[in-house]
Amino acid sequence: MAMVEPTTDTTGVPHTEGEKIEILASDYEDPSVATFSIRDEDHTLGNSLRYMIMKNPAVAFCGYALPHPSEYKINLRIQTDGMFILVSGFLNTRATSSDDYVSGSMTAVEALHKGLDDLMALCDHVTETFDAKLAEREFEIREGAEVDAQ
Amino acid sequence: MADMDPITLMRTRVVMHKDRVAYPSSMDFPQNFPGEDLAWDLEKFKENFKIVIGFIGKDDMEFDLIGIDASIANAFRRILIGEVPTMAIERVYVINNTTIMHDEILSHRLGLIPIKADPRAFDYKEGEEDQPTDLNTIVFNLAIQCSVNKNAPPNSVDPKVKFINSSGSLKWQPQGDQEERLGTEIRPVHDDVLLTKMRPGQEIELEVHCQKGIGKEHAKWSPVATASYRLLPDIQILKPITGQDAIKFQRCFPQGVVEVVKNRKGEQEAKIANPRKDTVSREVLRHKEFEDKVRLTRVRDHFIFSIESTGILPPHILFKEAVGILRLKCARLKQALDDKLMG
Repeated sequence: MAMVEPTTDTTGVPHTEGEKIEILASDYEDPSVATFSIRDEDHTLGNSLRYMIMKNPAVAFCGYALPHPSEYKINLRIQTDGMFILVSGFLNTRATSSDDYVSGSMTAVEALHKGLDDLMALCDHVTETFDAKLAEREFEIREGAEVDAQ
Repeated sequence: MADMDPITLMRTRVVMHKDRVAYPSSMDFPQNFPGEDLAWDLEKFKENFKIVIGFIGKDDMEFDLIGIDASIANAFRRILIGEVPTMAIERVYVINNTTIMHDEILSHRLGLIPIKADPRAFDYKEGEEDQPTDLNTIVFNLAIQCSVNKNAPPNSVDPKVKFINSSGSLKWQPQGDQEERLGTEIRPVHDDVLLTKMRPGQEIELEVHCQKGIGKEHAKWSPVATASYRLLPDIQILKPITGQDAIKFQRCFPQGVVEVVKNRKGEQEAKIANPRKDTVSREVLRHKEFEDKVRLTRVRDHFIFSIESTGILPPHILFKEAVGILRLKCARLKQALDDKLMG
């Protein structure tokens, strides 16, 4: 990774100062849209998360961008299909469940949560399947392979 | 020969034309096709998803990931190259170096040596204030002198005969309870990596500290020589290719991809035998006679995944680590999002 200035104070992992996730201020009126600014992430999580969120029928749009190559962060934009009106509170009050709204099926935050949950479930299943295939031993084992290593 | 229906083709194949690629992106999203529910469904995914392991060797493996989106397969590949941690030399304390190799260059070369130590047994060293301990640092010594071999035959020219190096490679200096805790010796993966060449009278004495890190910070921490995937080729013959054309057709592909068989009329006819061996060179599309007879495609959700480890961890462990790291990224972000909204 070329974008972070090298220092002698290395931890072996590139990282930047600041909050892991922020919700950009322009979207506070309507909870069905949000742009999340996520630190220390790139295409690895950005693209796979975008795919999972786009698989959600309640999501009208999802996209991500790396705003600049020397900033180690991504901006993730989610727009869901609902227009939401907060039952209690205004503007900066963020609801955490869909019960807090009069209409609409899902907020942008909920869509992000669901995307993360789905991606984790997918990872669990990939690991399970891979482990099962390893145990079956139905493949060529070449010289020196440590198939039993854990 | 039944042609694939155009919608299925568009949805499941990447079609290779002479000068372009058609249908490169996935389109299995809700509302894309009327009357079809393409919403994420774990059960559906479980039904379609398959892994077929081809082989596992000492340092390399090949397996097929079937029924998964490119964005996820690519995340695994990227994590393998840049985010699975290993231990590598980070600090070099040069006590003496009289060789012609500068300290900086020597240190850089030392850093790139793969160190056979299980990174899962170590912590990251969190910055300058974090003191080196037996939990985050591995120490090696290197002390070599080169001298003239007095017993060498007078007319010998081979430096290996003429000169003697006092010792071999890096010597592990176990710290704290590392020996008991790890149960195995820590050493470089290969014991014959050439660091520098020495002349008689020259010497090197140094101590090195290994730290845990990831390939994204510096390539020396990457656990793989390479991790890559390609899509399974699928060659579709649309009209029979017979006679001399069949032989010519066969020659457009690597050996074993196409076989020429006798058909019912007794003619020679080209059949696809093993599309997996194809490199998709598109040579066949350069010839007019095959223009509307063949279609080169790749199966969009069939990834032939290949991992070549540097030898620090076995390749199948690396893949499991990579999947675990993607999951961890999600869990961390979920936690951060919860904290943000509650706080």
